Amino acid sequence: MEQMRKERIDRGLKVRTEGLYAISSYREILYLMGPRLLLIVGVLALPFIFELAPYWKRVINIMFVYALLALSFDFLANYVGLVCLGGAFLTGVGGYFSAIYNVYLSFPTYLAIPCATITGAAFCTLCLIPCLPLRGVYFAIVTLMYPLLFTRIIEALNILGGTNGITGVDGFTNQHVEHYVIILVVIGFLFGMRRFVNQDIGLVLRGVKDNDQSVRASGIDVTRMKVLAVFIASLIGCFGGAYMAHLYMWAGISLFALDFSIIPIASVVIGGGGTLVGAVIGSFILVPLSEVLRAFGTFRIVIYCIILTGFIVFKSEGLMIYMQRKYHQFERWVKV
Amino acid sequence: MHIIIYGIINSITLSLISLGFTLVYSISRVPNFAHGALYILSGYLVWLFINKFAGFPYPFAIIASIGLTAIVGALIYRFILIRIRGMEISEIIATYAIGLAILEGLRWGGLRGGTFTLPTFAAGSVNLFDVSVDYQRLIIVGVGILTFVLLYAFTRYTKVGLALRGIAQDERAAMMLGINSDMTAIVSLAIGSALAGFAAVLLLPLGNIVVEAGYNVLIFAIAVCVIGGLGSWGGTIVASFVIGFAQILTEAFISTHYQMVVALLAIIVTLLVKPSGIFGKQKELEERV
Repeated sequence: MEQMRKERIDRGLKVRTEGLYAISSYREILYLMGPRLLLIVGVLALPFIFELAPYWKRVINIMFVYALLALSFDFLANYVGLVCLGGAFLTGVGGYFSAIYNVYLSFPTYLAIPCATITGAAFCTLCLIPCLPLRGVYFAIVTLMYPLLFTRIIEALNILGGTNGITGVDGFTNQHVEHYVIILVVIGFLFGMRRFVNQDIGLVLRGVKDNDQSVRASGIDVTRMKVLAVFIASLIGCFGGAYMAHLYMWAGISLFALDFSIIPIASVVIGGGGTLVGAVIGSFILVPLSEVLRAFGTFRIVIYCIILTGFIVFKSEGLMIYMQRKYHQFERWVKV
Repeated sequence: MHIIIYGIINSITLSLISLGFTLVYSISRVPNFAHGALYILSGYLVWLFINKFAGFPYPFAIIASIGLTAIVGALIYRFILIRIRGMEISEIIATYAIGLAILEGLRWGGLRGGTFTLPTFAAGSVNLFDVSVDYQRLIIVGVGILTFVLLYAFTRYTKVGLALRGIAQDERAAMMLGINSDMTAIVSLAIGSALAGFAAVLLLPLGNIVVEAGYNVLIFAIAVCVIGGLGSWGGTIVASFVIGFAQILTEAFISTHYQMVVALLAIIVTLLVKPSGIFGKQKELEERV
C-alpha cells in the first residue's frame, strides 16, 4: 500500500521577505503589511460599519474590553507562565477605582481613567505579590479567589455603594470618543505588547516561564520579573475596567462577574495562545456570539466552557497559529 | 464550650470538603478546579432521585449519586485530562472550564432559589455540655472521623491504595514496578469525586442546594489544602482545624460575613510565611523559585 504524508514548505514570498528583500517590491511589502493593515483598518472602521445598528455599537465597545482582558491573560499565561483565573478582579478593581476618583474626588473622566489604571494595577499587583515567589498553581488559586472575595466584602460591609454600586459616574462626551478611546488603546497595547515580548525583557520573561532556575542563575530576580509582568497585565485589565465604569456610568459588583474571567480565557484558547493577536481575534468571535446567545442566560457560560475544553483538547494551537501556517506555508501530499 | 463543639464540627466539615481535592492533587498532580461543581452535582442528583423518581429510598439515592459522581470524575480524566496531562496551564483551564460548565449548566437547568433541600438523616437534637447540637451534625463528625480512618487504611493496606501512594511519591519508579499511571489517575479522580459527593450528601441536608455553594466549597477546599501544604493529607486535616476554629472564633466575636476573608487571609499569610504549608516538607525547595 502506498503511504502518503503531508509536507509543509515555506512560500517563496515568505522566505524573500525575511531579509532586506522585504522592501524590494510592493508585493513583498504588501505581504508583510497586509494582515496588519487589514486588522488596523478593519478595527478602526468597525464603528462606521455598524453606524445604523446602535445596539451593536455598544457591543463593539464591550468586545474591545474583552480583547484587552484576553491580551492580558495571553501575556501572563503564555509569556510568563502565570494562569490568571480572575480577569474579573482586574476589571472590578479598575472600575471601582475610576468610579471613586470620578464620584468621590470629582476628577474629570479623562483624568480618572488613567489614574485608576495605574493605581488599580498597583493595587492588584500588591494583592497578588504573596503568591508570586512561588511556582505552581498558587497564582491560579489566589486569582480565582479574589473576585469572589471582593464581592463578598463589598456586599457585607456595604461600602462603595454596597449592592447598588457607585452611581453617577461621568460618561464620555460623545460617541466617537467612546469608541475610539478603547479601539486605539487596544491597537496600542496589541502592537506595544508584541514589541515588548520580543525585547530582551520579553526573553527573560519567557525564561521565567520555561526555566526559572536558569534565569535565577543569570543573576536576575525572578520574583521582580513576575511582579513587573503582573503589573503590566493589570494595567491592561484595569484600563478595561475603568473604561467600562465610565461606559455604563456605574460601578457595581457586576464588574466582578464571572464573564470577565472566563470569556478572555476562552478567547485566548480559541484565538491561539502566545500570539497576542489571536487573543484579540478570539474575543471578536466570542463576544458577538455571546450577544446572540443572550437569551440563554447562564447557558452561555456553559457553551464557552464546552468550546474552551474542546479547543484545549482537540485543537490546542488555536485559530491564529493555524491561519499563520496557511499564510506562510503551502502543503502538499508526497509519497513516503 | 459552644466554640469548641462547633469549632470541631466546622473543622470536620472543612476537612471532608477538602479531602477529595487534596487526594486528587497529591496523586495525579491535577488541581481539580471542578471539585465544587462535583459537590453540587452530587447533591442535586440525590435531590433528583428522591423527588423526580418517586419512591426512591433515600439511602439508595445517596449511593447512586455518589457512584454517578465518581463515574463523572473518571470520565473527565479519561476523555479530557488524559490528553493534556502535564501541561499545567491547560490542566488548570480545562478543569476550571468543566467546573463552570457543570455549575452554570445546573443553574440554567433550574437550580435556582431555595427550594432544593435534602432531608436530614435524623431529626432532633441533643444537649452536649449545655450546647444544643442536632443529630445531623453529630453524624457528620462521626462519619467524618470514620472516613479518615477508612481512607488511611485504604491507602496503607490495600493494593490499589498502595499503588496510588506509589504514583504520588515517585511516578517513574512506580511505573517501573508495573503500576499503570493513567489507571491510578482515573481511580484517584473517581475517588476524589466520590469524596466530594460524599461530603455533599452529608453536609447539604443542613442547608439549601445552591450553585453559589459550589464556588464556596471550591474556595474553602483550596484554602485548606494550601495551608496544609498542597498534596499533604495530614496537613489537610490539621489545616482544616486551624481554619475551622478561626472561622468559628470570627463568627462568635466579629461577624459571620468574614468567613471567606478568614480563609483568604490564612492563605496569604501561609504563602508569605511558609509557602509549602504546615506539612508540605518535601516540596519546600520545589515550590519556591
